[in-house]
Amino acid sequence: MNYNWDWSVLFCFVEDPVSSCTQPFFYWIVSGFGWTISVAAAAWVIAFSLGSVIGVLRTVENPYLRGFATVYVTIFRNIPLLVQMFLWFFVFPELLPDEAGKWVKRGMPLPEFWTAVVCLGTYTASRVGEQVRAGIEAITQGQRYAAMAMGLRPVQVYRYILLPVSYRIIIPPLTSDFLGVFKNSSLALTIGVLELTAQTRQIEEYTFQGFEAFTAATLLYIVVTAIVMAVMRVVEGRVVIPGMISLGAK
Amino acid sequence: MPMIEMSSVNKWYDDFQVLKDCSTQVAKGEVVVVCGPSGSGKSTLIKTVNGLEPFQEGTITVDEISVGDPATDLPRLRARIGMVFQNFELFPHLSIMENIKLAQLKVLNRTDDESAKRGMELLDRVGLVDQADKFPAQLSGGQQQRVAIARGLAMDPIAMLFDEPTSALDPEMINEVLDVMTALAEDGMTMMVVTHEMGFARRVAHRVIFMDEGRIEEDCTKDDFFGTARGERAQEFLSKILTH
Ligand SMILES: Nc1ncnc2c1ncn2[C@@H]1O[C@H](COP(=O)(O)OP(=O)(O)O)[C@@H](O)[C@H]1O
Ligand SMILES: [Mg+2]
Repeated sequence: MNYNWDWSVLFCFVEDPVSSCTQPFFYWIVSGFGWTISVAAAAWVIAFSLGSVIGVLRTVENPYLRGFATVYVTIFRNIPLLVQMFLWFFVFPELLPDEAGKWVKRGMPLPEFWTAVVCLGTYTASRVGEQVRAGIEAITQGQRYAAMAMGLRPVQVYRYILLPVSYRIIIPPLTSDFLGVFKNSSLALTIGVLELTAQTRQIEEYTFQGFEAFTAATLLYIVVTAIVMAVMRVVEGRVVIPGMISLGAK
Repeated sequence: MPMIEMSSVNKWYDDFQVLKDCSTQVAKGEVVVVCGPSGSGKSTLIKTVNGLEPFQEGTITVDEISVGDPATDLPRLRARIGMVFQNFELFPHLSIMENIKLAQLKVLNRTDDESAKRGMELLDRVGLVDQADKFPAQLSGGQQQRVAIARGLAMDPIAMLFDEPTSALDPEMINEVLDVMTALAEDGMTMMVVTHEMGFARRVAHRVIFMDEGRIEEDCTKDDFFGTARGERAQEFLSKILTH
């Protein structure tokens, strides 16, 4: 391979096209990494809370609520994520009433960022929902009966028994969904979020020395993934229920 | 008025009839043992009493409240009826004390101190005070079942339902649970107990119900049941489990 590695490019100073400050290219990577983490974290908040609701609805008796959750999962899980990104960014504002559409496109702060967050969040929620459902379904009918027999109301049965047990069972698959949202956040570059991958490409365009930047980005992705996996292993050890099997990573 | 009254209860799973014209009563302070072959509908019958299993025909009242009436607040009624299951059904993520406190806190709205105090009294009664901070999986089956009984009693119930409370236990643990149940009966608790422990029935029960294929075939005093008054199916059943 004929490539002249030159790590010093990352430390060359250049005028930032957005802020017009003068910084080393290296700083672009840091900034992109910040956006990657922000997109992933915000999307995970949506994915976890909405996904829990969807997962619960998949297991309730009411056929309309269950049907709604099933349709949600089917739609969001089966449309390619990149297509969803474009639908949210280009099509969704056009479907809104005039004023609201304009606000989404230009009025609200950071439209690209929030669009990416909503897209990744709602997509990942469909996956989290399936994990939560599987977790709840792994709990025996006897546990439900016992909870109901002591006078807990349905919402309380979920809140105090089914969900807490289910989350503990599904920590491994939830961890991979969390890593999924982190890695998928790179797709946000397609609608203009200057996250890690986007910044890396930009450095290549400026310097014609892309390998250094891509190597740095790759290492960052790997380091974060490794940290998350280590942390989740500790969490799992802390909350593990003796004698209970986990559903394992999927 | 009886504490529990069932009249002409019929229940179907699709076109399979699990309960056929079941009628019986349990008076306040009475201990009724329910026995019968596997699949005869004992669990289903006892679960209709607190509305865990719905039924299509007939009426059931507990303390004069109709279980089948859609207007009845079932969770509120269930909070007043204790239930103990074959597989204990302690909540695995909660400590023993938390298991006993949960419904006191969330259903009866007792304070944390009140529920803990009541919890300790009951753990003392079942001989498990020193296990309060352990988790269910760290206890033996017999200990878990005693906790389950304490958990039910913590709600100060008007009646206790037991569905084969000793069938999942190793033989050496059966008595520690039966002893707790016997003491409870002697204290005057109204109890409906599905069990094959005929020794317990002989010692503690006032009445015995024998079920077969969804029907209450016998419903008589203990003396009649263990005397000669029982019918042919009950005779057959008894000889099977006694020689077992
Ligand atoms: N959810 C259900 N759906 C269909 N049939 C059931 C269901 N639960 C129990 N049954 C059937 O009802 C009958 C009575 O069951 P059960 O009350 O558990 O009997 P027992 O406790 O006396 O062994 C059995 O034949 C059983 O297969
Ligand atoms: Mg049974």
